[in-house]
This record gives sequence, C-alpha cells and structure tokens, in this order.
Amino acid sequence: MTNPNGRFGIHGGQYIPETLMNAVIELEEAYNYYKNDPQFNRELSELLNEYAGRPSRLYFAEKMTKDLGGAKIYLKREDLNHTGAHKINNVLGQALLAKKMGKKRLIAETGAGQHGVATATAAALMGMECVVFMGEEDTIRQALNVYRMRLLGAEVIPVTSGTKTLKDAVSEAMREWTSRIADTHYCLGSVMGPHPFPTIVRDFQAVISKEIKAQILEKEGRLPDAVIACVGGGSNAIGSFYHFIEDKDVKLIGCEAAGRGIDTFETAATVNTGKLGIFHGMKSYFCQDEYGQIAPVYSISAGLDNPGVGPEHAYLHDINRAQYVPITDEEAVCAFEYLAKTEGIIPAIESSHAAAFAKKLAPTMSKDKIIVVTISGRGDKDCAAIARYRGENIYE
Amino acid sequence: MSNISKAFENGKAFIAFITCGDPDLETTAAAVRMAAKNGADLIELGIPFSDPTAEGPVIQGANLRALANSITTDDIFGFVKEIRKDVAIPMVFMTYANVVFSYGAERFIKTCAEIGIDGLILPDIPFEEKDEFEPICIKYGIDLISLIAPTSQNRIAKIAKEAKGFVYIVSSLGVTGTRSEINTDLASIVKVVRENTDVPCAIGFGISNPEQAKKMAGISDGAIVGSAIIKILEKYGKDSPKYVGEFVKSMKDALR
Repeated sequence: MTNPNGRFGIHGGQYIPETLMNAVIELEEAYNYYKNDPQFNRELSELLNEYAGRPSRLYFAEKMTKDLGGAKIYLKREDLNHTGAHKINNVLGQALLAKKMGKKRLIAETGAGQHGVATATAAALMGMECVVFMGEEDTIRQALNVYRMRLLGAEVIPVTSGTKTLKDAVSEAMREWTSRIADTHYCLGSVMGPHPFPTIVRDFQAVISKEIKAQILEKEGRLPDAVIACVGGGSNAIGSFYHFIEDKDVKLIGCEAAGRGIDTFETAATVNTGKLGIFHGMKSYFCQDEYGQIAPVYSISAGLDNPGVGPEHAYLHDINRAQYVPITDEEAVCAFEYLAKTEGIIPAIESSHAAAFAKKLAPTMSKDKIIVVTISGRGDKDCAAIARYRGENIYE
Repeated sequence: MSNISKAFENGKAFIAFITCGDPDLETTAAAVRMAAKNGADLIELGIPFSDPTAEGPVIQGANLRALANSITTDDIFGFVKEIRKDVAIPMVFMTYANVVFSYGAERFIKTCAEIGIDGLILPDIPFEEKDEFEPICIKYGIDLISLIAPTSQNRIAKIAKEAKGFVYIVSSLGVTGTRSEINTDLASIVKVVRENTDVPCAIGFGISNPEQAKKMAGISDGAIVGSAIIKILEKYGKDSPKYVGEFVKSMKDALR
C-alpha cells in the first residue's frame, strides 16, 4: 500500500531534520534488501517461532460468546508472546535488521513499557546496547516495566520535557538519534514516524493477520466478519488488519482511547477528535489546538496515550476501509474485568479497549457471524493501576 | 534578489535567534530592537511549538515558557507588523511544519509577506518534503531556507543547488544548544555548497562566544546564535534586552 515516497494517500512522508535523512535512506535501502533475503527471513522466523513463541493461538472464547449471545468471538492471543505483547514481533525484526546493518546500539521510546521491554529483550539476546526513553509520568504508572528493562540490561531515561508521556519520549528518542547515528538504530515501536518506519513496523506486525487468516480458515472454513484491535499508534491493529485489507467483506475496526470521553479534553482518540497535521516525521491525524500545538492527550492506558495515529490508519479511515471507534476508560476497565472473570484471561488495558467494543458489537450480530479480537498484550502490568482506578489502594 | 542577501552585505553576517513571547512579546520586541541596533544582520524569530524536536533543553524551555503565556501565531504576526515599522534588517520565522500547516500554509505564508517577513526556516522539512510549502513561498516571495547537516554528504550539492535566501549549515550532530567544541569538517561542506550555489551560507548550532563565531564565520558567510541568547533572556527576563544588545555587539565585533 506504500507508494515510493512512503505515502499512504496523503499521509506519511519524511518530515524530519536533515541530520536524519541519510539515516532513514540507509534504513530503507537495507530493509528493501533484507526483506527479500531468504537468510534474513529464515533467521527472523526462527526467532519468532523458537524465541517469541509464535504462532500465537487463535482462541475461541466460548463463554464470552455464549454470554453475549451473538457473533462467535475468537481472541488472537498476542498476550502469550514472549515479553507479553505483540511488540516483540516488530522488535525482533528491527533488531535483526539493525544487526545486519552493523549497528551496535538500539534506542527506543516506550509508553506502557511493553515496547521498551521488548527492545531491551532483543538487545540482551543479540548482545546490543539499549537505551529506552520513557515519560517520567509513565515510569511511575509502569514502574514494574522500568525494573524489567533495567534487569534486561537497558538504560531507562525518564523524560521530563513537555507532558512527560509517550509523545515526549518519542521526541527525546528522535533527539538522541540526531546526536548519535553511526552506531545506533532507532527501534521505533509503532507504525508511526517518518518513512520507512510505518512500512517496516507494519510488515513485521503483519504476521498477526497472516496467522489469523490461516487459523480461522482452518477452524471455521471462512474469513471473519470483523477484526477488532486497539489503536494508539496502531501497530497491533495494522498487524491484525493487513492481510484482510483486500477482503472487503471483513470489517476492520480500530478502538481508540477516548479517555474520559471524546467530548472532553481528557482523550487520546486521534481519528475521532484530531485533525490533519505534520508531527514526529509524518503527516497524519493529530490531537492539536487551532494553532497546531500538539495536545496533552490522556488515557488510562499509557500505551494508547498518543496524540497521533499511524499514517496507514489515517488512510484506511479516509477511504472508509477501516472504522475507528472511541472507547472510554470506564468501558475498557469493565472489559478488563469481564475478560478476567469470563475467560480467565487478563488482557492489557490497551487490548481491553478492543474487547470492550467486541462486547458491544457481538450482541448486535447473529450467531453465525464471527469476530476476531486481538488481545495485543497481557494485563499483569496494569493490575495495580486498575485496582487504584476502582479505589483499592494497592501498589506494586 | 532576495531581501535576505542584505544581511550578507556588511561583512560576515551575525544572525540572532529569539523565541517570540519569552518571557513576553514586549521583551521580545525590545530584544529584537537592541539586537538590530547592535549589529545583528538578520533576526530569526522563533514561533513557539509544543514539541520542538530539533531543539536542545534551552530553546525547548523558551518554547514552553512562551506557550505558557498563551502566545499564538496571530499574536506574533501582530507583533512583527509592529516592530517592522522601525526594524529594517531582514527577519525570518523559524518554527515547525505543523505551525504553518495548521494555520493553512497559504494563509500563513501570505501573512508573512504582508508583515515583512523575508524567509522561513522549518527544521522538520527536509529537501524531499519542501514541495509542501515551497511553491507557496515562491508565490509570495518568501525564501524557504534549506538546512545542511554534518550527515548530508551526497545530498549537499542537490540541496545547495535549489537553496534560497541563505544556506543554514548545522555545525554538529544533535539538537540546538551551546557546545564547547565543534568537530565537523565544515570547510569541506562549505566548499561543496559554494560550488553549487551563489546563495550565502551561515553556520549555526552550538555557537555561544565571539571566538567560535569568528571561527565559524571565517569558513562561511556568517554565524547563527540561538541558545546563548535565549540563556540571557532566561536569566534576565524583562531586563534582558540591554544584555542581549551587549552580547550581539561582542559577537558582531568579532566578525568585523
């Protein structure tokens, strides 16, 4: 879907300082070479299967299906991957690519900490240095993940600029990359940023929809009616959608973090409340004020707390191929609790946004319909925060 | 002929960067006047942005202080119109793509021309993306300034060939901010620039004292200083214009 200049319709592009241009060109050339290199693909498959535990299961959520009384619900269990989320798919690909390019050091931004943990993990595995930038606010919300990253040998740098959350961590990682390029790869965690990142990350995450397609055909003999995933930057969502984009009968639904509601300022629902802009290397939709100042977004989920959305999602929205729905904190927390009690699965609060929409959608569909919900990560990291949301004063 | 070329008619150019609205627009106006009076050849006026990814901590701070004062693009347009009555030297805006884009590129650039702005520096618009704004800039006679970095290598010639106003050479890797040493082989970069364009070139990023300015201007056509001036504004607040004037004088004297 990418055209040569890294555009998805009008979105995407390379809006970055000149200092980084040769770095992204070098990355694009390396990627274009290695993506067709059988040896690279063998090594990556080996890592994904033997190390990360792929393929992830497509699990029939029978109790949830019965309880909701409508469409059959399948859960794509990315939470069962090594490190507990889909993030590892992209990171293993990029780390391997960086290594082939001769880079010795990985830098990354992280919101909830899952991408940071995945990057620290890959760096440990491949013997690379690792520095993770994380908003100071998020280092407090996700203290356990900070410890994990340090345990894995990474240096975690709390970012104190701006709103001290994910967008500031991205800005700081970009600043770091401009100061040290030769030995460093910026392992971007979502389908965001300048070309070629949205394409590279999407390709590495597309394994999700490739597997879903094969698994659902085996179990049901047909394609699903809807695929649902949560969207911050949008990497697990684009991974879940990608191989279904050409199958027009499969509805693609991205669930954005509405925070306290899309009629409030405390929201991170970019497609629903944002407007077209240029930021962090790309043209896409962003939450911003009338003068283009990027908004301090809010969500209970640190992983969806992002003022922008990946350019391919912006494009899928423009051409009406995917639908983006807002899910509030309260709806997500209810789904978090519901999935725990109904299926014995504790999803990440990010993924709970997708489960929340499935709860609304399934009862409106007949029993012969099929929904696939991507559970992008596990919820252990969120338990203390959700307990506090419910008024229980527990700390990790 | 670009109005910006006037900045390079008084020997080596001294280019001063000031963030609009830090600590307030009255102080910015006074600082700009003092800089002009004391020999600045061109003023770069920063329009604050919430997430200035090319800036180091000093200019980031100025951006956030200005935004905390609720300074808007419209306020800054009004301010420029006012100071243009008595400040004659060339002035350019330095901001980020989204500030221009969200205002409406044509509306923004047309206003620039009306209020007497001569050029536009957008650090997140590289050569590959300049079509976003350059055709409109040309229509209204605004120079979209090109940047060249230590990593530009094979890109220098093509960037220089299409450069307008002046070429902004980034002295070092990384973000804006004062540096004790600049190690890039800038003379080689300047050589390639000059082989490909008649547009003057100035060096910025990390220059904070007269010795560095002299050295940088010695190998190019001018020196650009931002963070060192912002530090003065941060330190002295409303009292800073006279210190800005003294600083500019010391820098320009070193370039004469």
